[in-house]
Amino acid sequence: MTYEVYVHVPFCLRRCGYCDFNTYTAPDMGPGASRRDYASTAIAELRLLRRWQLEHGIDEPAASSVFFGGGTPTVLPPRDLIAVLDAIGELWGIADDAETTTEANPDTVDAAAIGALADGGFTRISFGMQSAVPHVLRTLDRTHTPRNVADGVRAAREAGLEVSVDLIYGAPGESLDDWRTSVEAALALGVDHLSAYALTVEPHTKMGRRIAAGELAAPDDDDEAAKYEIVDDMCTAAGLRWYEISNWARPGHESRHNLGYWRNVDWAGVGPGAHSHYTLPDGGARSLRAWDILHPRAWAQRVMLGDVPWADSERIDSDEDVEERVMLGMRLREGLDLDEIERISGRDASAVADELVHEGLVERPDGVRLVATRRGRLLNDAVIERLFDALL
Amino acid sequence: MSQHHNQPGFTDQSAIRNFCIIAHIDHGKSTVADRILQLSGIVPEREMRDRFLDRMDIEQERGITIKSQAVRVPWTYDGQEYTLGMIDTPGHVDFTYEVSRALAACEGAVLLVDATQGIEAQTLSNLYMAIDHDLTIIPVLNKIDLPSAEPDKHAEEIAGLIGCDPSDVLRVSGKTGEGVAELLDRIVVDVPAPSGDPDGDARALIFDSVYDSYRGIVTYIRMVDGELRSREKLHMMGVGTTYDPIEIGVISPDMMPTRALGAGEVGYVITGAKDVSQSKVGDTITSAAHPAAEALPGYRDPQPMVYAGLFPIDNAQFPELREALDKLKLNDAALVYEPETSVALGFGFRCGFLGLLHMEIVSERLSREFGLDLISTAPNVPYEVTGEDGTVHRVTNPSEFPEGKIKKIVEPVVAADIITPKEFIGAVMELCQDHRGVMGTMEYISADRVEMHYRIPLAEIVFDFFDQLKSRTKGYASLDYHEDGEQAADLVKVDILIQGEKVDAFSAIVHRDKAYGYGVMMTKKLRELIPRQQFEIPIQAAIGSRIIARETIRALRKDVLAKCYGGDITRKRKLLEKQKAGKKRMKMLGHVEVPQEAFVAALATGETGNDRDTKDKIRAAQKTEG
Repeated sequence: MTYEVYVHVPFCLRRCGYCDFNTYTAPDMGPGASRRDYASTAIAELRLLRRWQLEHGIDEPAASSVFFGGGTPTVLPPRDLIAVLDAIGELWGIADDAETTTEANPDTVDAAAIGALADGGFTRISFGMQSAVPHVLRTLDRTHTPRNVADGVRAAREAGLEVSVDLIYGAPGESLDDWRTSVEAALALGVDHLSAYALTVEPHTKMGRRIAAGELAAPDDDDEAAKYEIVDDMCTAAGLRWYEISNWARPGHESRHNLGYWRNVDWAGVGPGAHSHYTLPDGGARSLRAWDILHPRAWAQRVMLGDVPWADSERIDSDEDVEERVMLGMRLREGLDLDEIERISGRDASAVADELVHEGLVERPDGVRLVATRRGRLLNDAVIERLFDALL
Repeated sequence: MSQHHNQPGFTDQSAIRNFCIIAHIDHGKSTVADRILQLSGIVPEREMRDRFLDRMDIEQERGITIKSQAVRVPWTYDGQEYTLGMIDTPGHVDFTYEVSRALAACEGAVLLVDATQGIEAQTLSNLYMAIDHDLTIIPVLNKIDLPSAEPDKHAEEIAGLIGCDPSDVLRVSGKTGEGVAELLDRIVVDVPAPSGDPDGDARALIFDSVYDSYRGIVTYIRMVDGELRSREKLHMMGVGTTYDPIEIGVISPDMMPTRALGAGEVGYVITGAKDVSQSKVGDTITSAAHPAAEALPGYRDPQPMVYAGLFPIDNAQFPELREALDKLKLNDAALVYEPETSVALGFGFRCGFLGLLHMEIVSERLSREFGLDLISTAPNVPYEVTGEDGTVHRVTNPSEFPEGKIKKIVEPVVAADIITPKEFIGAVMELCQDHRGVMGTMEYISADRVEMHYRIPLAEIVFDFFDQLKSRTKGYASLDYHEDGEQAADLVKVDILIQGEKVDAFSAIVHRDKAYGYGVMMTKKLRELIPRQQFEIPIQAAIGSRIIARETIRALRKDVLAKCYGGDITRKRKLLEKQKAGKKRMKMLGHVEVPQEAFVAALATGETGNDRDTKDKIRAAQKTEG
């Protein structure tokens, strides 16, 4: 059994135009929900979650991974992040070889802060680099400079941290060469892990409204497909191989935390809007997914009342379990175990699997696992839907 | 007999005046009719409902009288009581034959013209028809209460048309009631009394027939000669059936059973016929015991002039569609239909209509009254196609178009009358020429309005002619048309192929010169409407095996969510489930998934393809043709 903890820090210094995450720029969000109180409220929630788990017969082992995401976790001082990490250690324990990551914006951490995080138990840092091209960074409303990223990465490596960078492709006005420049710059930093995401514009964001108004061009699927192929080629050439659709790593440097999501392990999510997932010990539903109240103030109020601050939850039945295994498994290089999924669903998908292989969307490296080819990664939803049809 | 004076069945012909009202849509016919009912006292004020005579909701909403009705109205003039038979006529081109039967049931016609608009094309053609039927015309200008009314100007226009003095044109307001009593007096004085033979063998003209869910088929008749009694067997001379009448009566304003109907009177018969096709407009009813030797003239079967396929969007609704058509048929002898199977659209019906409006009304009633979601294929007129071997095919559906060499194609032609303000003459001429129209004469009906006469293939009219006429003349022009024979034409069938497979629903029979236009427009439309798929999809237009236009839907390269972390899993799963459900509403054409909406949008008319890209592509296609 694997157990992970995710901590959502819902603060940013400013909101980027494309972002639809649950994050807030106001420093004062009221008692319990403001930046200065956040760590103590998060720790209170951790205690509530531990109590809830035990009441439901779930006795989780020491966490094999802790991940601070956001928002921008490094908006908070290192001591707050370390305090939350320590609380997790007290409640469940943290495994000796655990991966403990925080996301960071290149312009919110300096060498001193990075050193403090490393001393406090963090092993990994993930920078939101997004692009190395100034006009693309401007379009994305990012405040950092390419220089900030280099400084941050150097400091992190000196502090002994694993380093990853995130890139975004497909921003309006970004050329294929712009994109090559960004990937090259990221790889030149010597990182062992890189995530690259196609820009996905949600209509209610500032960028979504600007696109609807015709001020910005909408991202183009063909352009994004070409950029995906570029980053895949460049990473592979640099010795980073894909292990999930949007993630590349030097072997042994994959993000264990994120692999946990795709392998459907248990995790506790803490903070406004954070999701949790538990395999259920009783026979009925296969697992439980629950998510915290979105707004920090409402979330903090519930925690202070002593209640687990979930907005809602769902029990995953056997059909949904099959769906989740397919859609998560097909994102991974390790792929989907066809024998196992057929056993769980009780249906034969071999004909569809053969078709997908024939069409060049899927490979079967060992005859059992289905692994998306590069084309199959780009058309992943179509592959998933075909498997749904066969298995449900 | 004096105690029965003016009682139904016992009214002397000398006291009867039968008339109809000829008017354009929106010129206020129903309002004036309502005033007449009110003035005569047969509809009490409190029961007065706007447009009392239009019974169907759809008529009320669209302001169109589809089914004519007949009301018996008492009116006293100069101390004597008269019986007026007011026959309401349908007002649209598609129902010309029904109008002609209503006119045949009258001796007089009120020509009702909107004093703000002047006479319109359909009014004019109905007026000519009334004059042909030898009816006495009483010209009336309506809506004189409106500030924009120009009664003097339009009185001149009318006087010029019917050869009366402008001062003979009555002026009324249906809204205020002004002038309506004078109109009724004038009807008594000017309209001749009926002159049938009251003692002859019974002959009654059917001028309308409607289905009523409580009473069954109600047949409206005008007694011409003799008398029909409620207890004698009736014989339909055209259809050849005999009935025991369930009820005979008059409408005043509700149905009122009587013992008999005599010569000159207007009333109704309930025969127990199952649907209106057994009780057809234009047929003659006589007594089975003493049949008349000869039927009244003018009976004929309505001929569908426009055909289209109607398909339920959800194919499970096919039985409901059949049931709904069966119900409409009860009330609509002109509607014909037979089952049709389309590869693309599934099971549906090939339906024949009198014209475009008839088609629109039927589609609208199917969706409104029966809750059916339908796709309608492009309208098609009946063609006569002679193959090289001399065999003749009647083609009402592009799928019936014979393969191989064609010797000759004959298409129906209409005579179109268009009235327009003179500043739009050029625009109308251009439109008609674009639609293969041949100009006849042109007359000024007043200083600033002209009537233009064209011969145009019906196929050109049924597509989007009317909409274009309205838009090119800012809504001022009016159109009337009637069948005017047929002509040989250089027509071809254009097929649309998706990934090499012919899609029957999109095939069309068009003039050779328009084939490129159709091919380019359809392929372009479909390229926009069909979502990209994993493979490239060619969309082609072809005449026989020759490709005349081509578009390509490029293969889909990316269909994946970039991020799927812990908090995204539930949302992502639900999205995939929704997409899976959406797939069920897709039609498979070969391997290509086509959403239902694409069929609906591709078959919608109204796009004329005037953009530059379309024009360039048509020109290029024509060039390669040489």
